[in-house]
Amino acid sequence: MLDFLKRPIQSLQDFVVLAGKAFRNIVRKPHYFDDIAIQADVIGVGSLPIVLLTGFFSGAVMALQMSKALSQYGASGQVGQIVSITLVRELGPVLTALLVSGRNASGIASELGSMKVTEQIDAMRALGTDPIQKLVTPRLIATSTMLPLLTILSDFIGLFGGYLMACVVLKLTTSDQYWTTAYRALDFQDVVQGLTKPFIFGIIVALVGCFEGLRTTGGTQGVGRATTEAVVTASVWVFVIDLIITRIFVSMPAW
Amino acid sequence: MPSSPHEVLRFDNVTVRFDEQPVVDRVSFVLAAGESRIVLGEAGAGKTVLLKTALGLIRPDSGRVHLFGTDITDLKEKALFEVRQRVGMLFQEGALFDSQTVEENVAYPLLSRAQKTLNNTELQAIEDKVLRALEFVELGHTVEKFPSELSGGMRRRVGIARATVTEPPLVLYDSPTAGLDPITANTIMALLVKERDIRNTSSMVVTHRYQDGQIMAGFRTDGHEGKLIPDPGRPGVVFMVMREGRLIFEGTQTELEASPEAYVRKFVRR
Repeated sequence: MLDFLKRPIQSLQDFVVLAGKAFRNIVRKPHYFDDIAIQADVIGVGSLPIVLLTGFFSGAVMALQMSKALSQYGASGQVGQIVSITLVRELGPVLTALLVSGRNASGIASELGSMKVTEQIDAMRALGTDPIQKLVTPRLIATSTMLPLLTILSDFIGLFGGYLMACVVLKLTTSDQYWTTAYRALDFQDVVQGLTKPFIFGIIVALVGCFEGLRTTGGTQGVGRATTEAVVTASVWVFVIDLIITRIFVSMPAW
Repeated sequence: MPSSPHEVLRFDNVTVRFDEQPVVDRVSFVLAAGESRIVLGEAGAGKTVLLKTALGLIRPDSGRVHLFGTDITDLKEKALFEVRQRVGMLFQEGALFDSQTVEENVAYPLLSRAQKTLNNTELQAIEDKVLRALEFVELGHTVEKFPSELSGGMRRRVGIARATVTEPPLVLYDSPTAGLDPITANTIMALLVKERDIRNTSSMVVTHRYQDGQIMAGFRTDGHEGKLIPDPGRPGVVFMVMREGRLIFEGTQTELEASPEAYVRKFVRR
């Protein structure tokens, strides 16, 4: 009767084992610094244009949406505050993580999946390299460090987008007021929340991508399946974890 | 059963199952030092799984596998790395790393073995070895190329160079000629014979072409030219035929050709 639960539980177990090994390898030799740098470049620098673009537009659209709501209360001067809180706490981390998951969880899964179906993973093991050490750990380190950095940039450019919309296009408020309210709205806890999220999301995106890639079977068709699976799974987990982290921060006493 | 020193590889009643289905079924054999074994069988007969089990890439569900006298059946991956250093393997289609050049691919086993940062002299030594291995397979001019720029036969040859660059005493070849035209296939087989005769390696060659076995059993190399010279009835070549995971024949070429078994006969006649 419980047969239908067998597969997901087996998958979860495999995922936890992979995650455990990947983390353990961070402190174990050999370290593949070259691979970490390459992955950081692919994931961090490679995702920069798309992250900045979406960051800009999400900031601008937030300002536009809020302009109407705030003006009903005669509070359109507070637009900077709203944009900054939503971006730093929520939109910046989640949107960036979704973009990186679309771009890199799929990239990782298809690369590792192709390596799996062409026996390159087996070849690696045959030649004395641990594929988790060589492939998974560098991607884990690179994604979990790059995603917070991308999020910071996305937050800033989003605030700038909001500024352009609120101050230049709609002329709701002065530049001084916008930046002051935006800055004052944030306390230290928000910044911690805004950086904890992308760090955890980065871990998820990298591990899900690697996990799906490494368990690919069934030739090129399997690679396609693994890629789709990786993006869907990583994206869903980003939302689930986001809710959990937000819940923890909301119930925390102010610092 | 204790293994004797001239034994390279021993399978004791090995079974491997995928989803409850046995793909290697109670297989036992011993590969002696200096011996070449040709494993014949159609697709899905369990030939590739047999080779991967020999290398510890796949763990048997029952039975024991001994490699160079070490029981590798339950060895941890880290400990396996050490035993695998003495084995070269050519994978189907070569399994070269796409992201690396031919030179980096062939240097990979040498570099991954070096636990420390190498100085210039050591790096130079590795480069020389890599060049020698590539020249052995007549691909000295391709060092800077990426695997995607090579033809199927060339990729297979780079795969042979990578498998043999560390001069392992045992080399496993997984379908070295599959999907190649007859001329290229013969070139590859000539390389295998050259590798065996010059370096005196033990080998296992998995194939579905009986001609490959005929070349291994009936020819020797003329030296570095790599041309094949007929040498019928040479000792140390054993044929194995697999069918649906079972080892149904084991013996010399003469015994193979005289086998009354219908499935074996079908293979030989083809």
